[in-house]
Amino acid sequence: MLSAGETTPQAVVELRSISKRFGAVQANDGINLTLRRGEVHGVLGENGAGKTTLMRILYGLTLPDSGDTLVDGETVDISSPKDAIAAGIGMVTQHFALVKPMTVTENVILGRAGGAVLDLERARKLVEEAAQRFGLGVQPDLRVADLSVGEQQRVEILKALYRDCRVLIMDEPTAVLTPQEVRALFVTLDKLRSDGMAIVFISHKLPEVMELTDRVSILRRGKIIDSVKTNTVDAGQLASLMVGHPTTAGKRHAYSEPGATVLEVVGLSARGRLDLPALSEVSFTVGAGEILGVAGVSGNGQTELAEVLSGMRKPDAGSIRVGGTEIAGLGPRQVVAAGVGRIPEDRHEALVGDMSVSHNLILEHLDEIGSRSILDTEQIRSNALDLIERFSIKAEPDDLIRTLSGGNIQKVLLARVLAREPSALVVSQPTRGLDIGATDYVRKQLLSRREQGAAILLISEDLDELLLLSDRIIVLYRGEIAGEIDAATADRDHVGLLMAGHTEVV
Amino acid sequence: MTFIFDVLAATLRNATPLVFGTVGETYAERAGILNLGIEGTMYAGAFFGFAAAAATGSLWLGILTAIVVGTAAGALMAFLSVTLGTSQHVAGIGITLGLIGISEFVNRIYFGSADGLRRIEPFQLLEPFGPDNIFSQYGLTYIAFLVVAPLGWWVLRSTSFGLGVRAVGENPEAADAAGLSVAAHRYAALMIGGALMAVGGAFFTLASLGTFTLDIIAGRGWVCIALVIFGRWRIWRGVFGALIFAGVFSLQLRLRILPGWDAVPFELLLALPYLIIIGALAVSGRNVAYPGAYLKHYRRN
Amino acid sequence: MLAVRRSASTVGVVLLATFAITTPFIMMAGANPFSAYAEFLVIPLTSRFSFLEVLVASIPLIFTGVAVAVAFRAGYWNIGAEGQLLMGAIAGAGVGMAAGDQPRALVLLTVILAGALAGALWALAPALLRVKLGIDEVVTTLLLNPVALLVVNALLNGPWRDPETGFPESDRIAESAQFPILISRSRLHLGFLVALVIAGTAWFVLTRTVAGLRVRAVGLSPNAARFAGIGVGRTLLTAALVSGAIAGVAGASEVAGIQHRLTSGISPGFGYTGIVVATLGALAMPTVVLAALLIGDLTVGSGSAGLALGIPSQLGDIVQATVLLVTVGVLIYRKLRVQPPLADAPITDVVEVDTS
Repeated sequence: MLSAGETTPQAVVELRSISKRFGAVQANDGINLTLRRGEVHGVLGENGAGKTTLMRILYGLTLPDSGDTLVDGETVDISSPKDAIAAGIGMVTQHFALVKPMTVTENVILGRAGGAVLDLERARKLVEEAAQRFGLGVQPDLRVADLSVGEQQRVEILKALYRDCRVLIMDEPTAVLTPQEVRALFVTLDKLRSDGMAIVFISHKLPEVMELTDRVSILRRGKIIDSVKTNTVDAGQLASLMVGHPTTAGKRHAYSEPGATVLEVVGLSARGRLDLPALSEVSFTVGAGEILGVAGVSGNGQTELAEVLSGMRKPDAGSIRVGGTEIAGLGPRQVVAAGVGRIPEDRHEALVGDMSVSHNLILEHLDEIGSRSILDTEQIRSNALDLIERFSIKAEPDDLIRTLSGGNIQKVLLARVLAREPSALVVSQPTRGLDIGATDYVRKQLLSRREQGAAILLISEDLDELLLLSDRIIVLYRGEIAGEIDAATADRDHVGLLMAGHTEVV
Repeated sequence: MTFIFDVLAATLRNATPLVFGTVGETYAERAGILNLGIEGTMYAGAFFGFAAAAATGSLWLGILTAIVVGTAAGALMAFLSVTLGTSQHVAGIGITLGLIGISEFVNRIYFGSADGLRRIEPFQLLEPFGPDNIFSQYGLTYIAFLVVAPLGWWVLRSTSFGLGVRAVGENPEAADAAGLSVAAHRYAALMIGGALMAVGGAFFTLASLGTFTLDIIAGRGWVCIALVIFGRWRIWRGVFGALIFAGVFSLQLRLRILPGWDAVPFELLLALPYLIIIGALAVSGRNVAYPGAYLKHYRRN
Repeated sequence: MLAVRRSASTVGVVLLATFAITTPFIMMAGANPFSAYAEFLVIPLTSRFSFLEVLVASIPLIFTGVAVAVAFRAGYWNIGAEGQLLMGAIAGAGVGMAAGDQPRALVLLTVILAGALAGALWALAPALLRVKLGIDEVVTTLLLNPVALLVVNALLNGPWRDPETGFPESDRIAESAQFPILISRSRLHLGFLVALVIAGTAWFVLTRTVAGLRVRAVGLSPNAARFAGIGVGRTLLTAALVSGAIAGVAGASEVAGIQHRLTSGISPGFGYTGIVVATLGALAMPTVVLAALLIGDLTVGSGSAGLALGIPSQLGDIVQATVLLVTVGVLIYRKLRVQPPLADAPITDVVEVDTS
């Protein structure tokens, strides 16, 4: 690792007492942050700590309620990305800001064409140059839609370079990458640092922060708890700074002997988006009272697996049995009727945002509501009140879903599903984007369903979550099961190798 | 042979307003906005172009007036759909109804009752190779095929403005993050598109008919919307669709006067091109990839 | 409901803005804007005759407004109510001309059902193309409007041309097929009751039944509806056909209640006005009926303003379009103002600020 230099490098950007409130939530609370030339500055914090809001403010995507941004010691007004770009700030967001049907060059040049007629040659030259200097190899004339996730991220970095940025914000850049891609990214960032770039590295992954950053600032509940030189702390200290209190969901019941097989999948194959093969010959079973975790880098068939099991995607081949009933190829209604409860990865795709809590709660079981085909308003309301109470949802029956917080939306979904006491559960990314309280709640609910004998398939990109909740873990790689591990004896490295495609010869 | 040349010449002529309208709508939709105001914009272009030409005696002032009216209509659509974020369907239909109402209202006031057509001397045909061949066309037809379509294609493909229009229509978040103004590009695309639509409408009154009649557009704006989808938002494919529609249209006009065809009600022949376009959509419009931000309002915060 | 409850101030703002925007046109016609608006909106309500005419004028608008609202509620953009109405008019006229001395109730019912069936059939192709092949219904329903008018004209210039006068008008329909008049010395006919019954039924189904909940869920979020096991395609198809059927009854009602024959001018754009009515009524049936009455008032008013003040009746169309655009604009503007920033923030922010 390159040293940050003997003398204190000059500050490029300084954020002074930045505050931002959303409704009742203080997302950023008087934040001070200094970014210096030639250093990687880690911003560490849990989901909901305010990291993304802070970076959106720096990039002009969100306006702060108060506070100043200084660039090279001068106060500047950054009220749009255009201002940020002019000040030499670039950002690579978690969801890439790329125009998929356009080529790499077109994306790089976008908004910075430097003339009325596009000069694609110059952009192409830069792309090739940067590829050599920083290890950012991408073919300039390919459409972005045809690139891998790692390559798309390189295009984002190229965009920032093309705009001559001196500050590069990387928001959770490793979340979507394979371990090999992470290595390549770190090499690139290292070169950029020695080139004088100030890099903001946002993450909640301690090992990466420890490895890459020169300094690290810890955000908790909208406040900077501490800013330290990375080599003066260890991972344990950072962890306790970040979390502030020990999580409660960690205490789980002992691994259990699974009961009779409830969910049995044999030889399941399916195609995903663009009709490309996404799952091939996947087989597994989940017993009563067992949680089977599914690990894998995003895009290795997890989404399709959840969709097929939920009745949202037709498989090409294979069998899915729930308590002996074949459900492969059936629609959502029959799948639910067979006793499958489904929590999809995108909860906004499962609930109608502009409909009330009470109506969303009955949406999966319209056939059973009311007398004949007339809605029984009283029954719907009392059902809602009952579930709101049981699942401690902070909402009224008539509130529209879209007015609720993410945690409460997830609770509504849990209530709709768990109230039916399904014998099998297909759960995807159940705590993604939730804060600590809601995360704990969701995990406890899953564990308690397991106690009551449900067979649970848990798909998650959060390896810690899988290790915490699962009894066994299978790893998906390129649509196939790369290996199976007993969660009690699993270690992260082993799972990581499987996720990266190493077969089980280890 | 003269029959074929006749039909080909008529095809180019009848395709002219559709080319203007289709290129105009392509710009709007490439920027992510469905402009259902097209029917009314063409109507208003036809009427106000005619009214200005009748009042001043200058056909080119008529064209200029149509451009001004169309640009204003596009700006209104932009204000409603981009600045306010109303439903694009409703805003477009409202603009169409309003512009048709205004045109007919002003027509009644200045040109009297519906009967008693007022005529002007329309544009002459350009005849670079003498009369009666397929090059014997109006100047606007030459402009449509030799300027509007190629230039429209080139601007979208090869200029930074065109790149910006495509970007805001595909992924406004990305365009915004790249420092582009989503609103400015959408306004510009809608205003350029509106101007083109209006000139397309003015072609009827200032060139092919020389007069203004009620219901003069007769759904050709809707045809352009269909052609844009048929063309999958590509200018040349849209022009190709316009030629198909105009070809069928011209063919049925000629068929009508052939012996034996008079038994078929001419209205049904007139309906044929509309049905052909629906059929073409059914064949080629299946699950096409719409611009990513089609119909989506963008607001950063 | 929303539109009404949104407080009187919204209505006030809309009226003021509409007045301001349309004033130049009124002055262009050489009339006083205040007396013009009195003529438009107030005077029609002041005499028995003109009040009943307002109700008459609102009949096709209630039908098309409800038709459009039903489709829009399901997220199906039926812009083809005009064509569906014309088809209903053809069917109504056909049955009416064929009718003889059968029992009147039977004939009337047949006229209405024929109109509904024809409208639904005209709506079928775009609906199937949308549900089966994913082809945008906006385009196909729009394109079928001019085609429907051509079919009407083909009939009127061909087999149905009035043999005596030679005008492009059909024969009169049988007495038994003519809608009875509800109130003597007026033109208020059975269609008014039928329209109210259909609006009431649509309201009940949408708000009080499981089927209505399905329609609303599909309209608000097709993905979530599908996830919950609702047949999205079937729901869309049903809504499209019901919408077409209601629009078709509008045509049959105009033939059987007013014209008593098929004419090429049977609809001065009722189908398009239905979009205005449905939108002004915020897609809720009680307010859709109110909006239809308002536009009916304006229609009668702009007709009489033409006679009294010399303002071309097309001003009514301008006012309609202005009211529509101003209303959607004002409603959005208010929504923006009252919405908490949380609801507007992009997903990533919502995630970040979660507090549950």
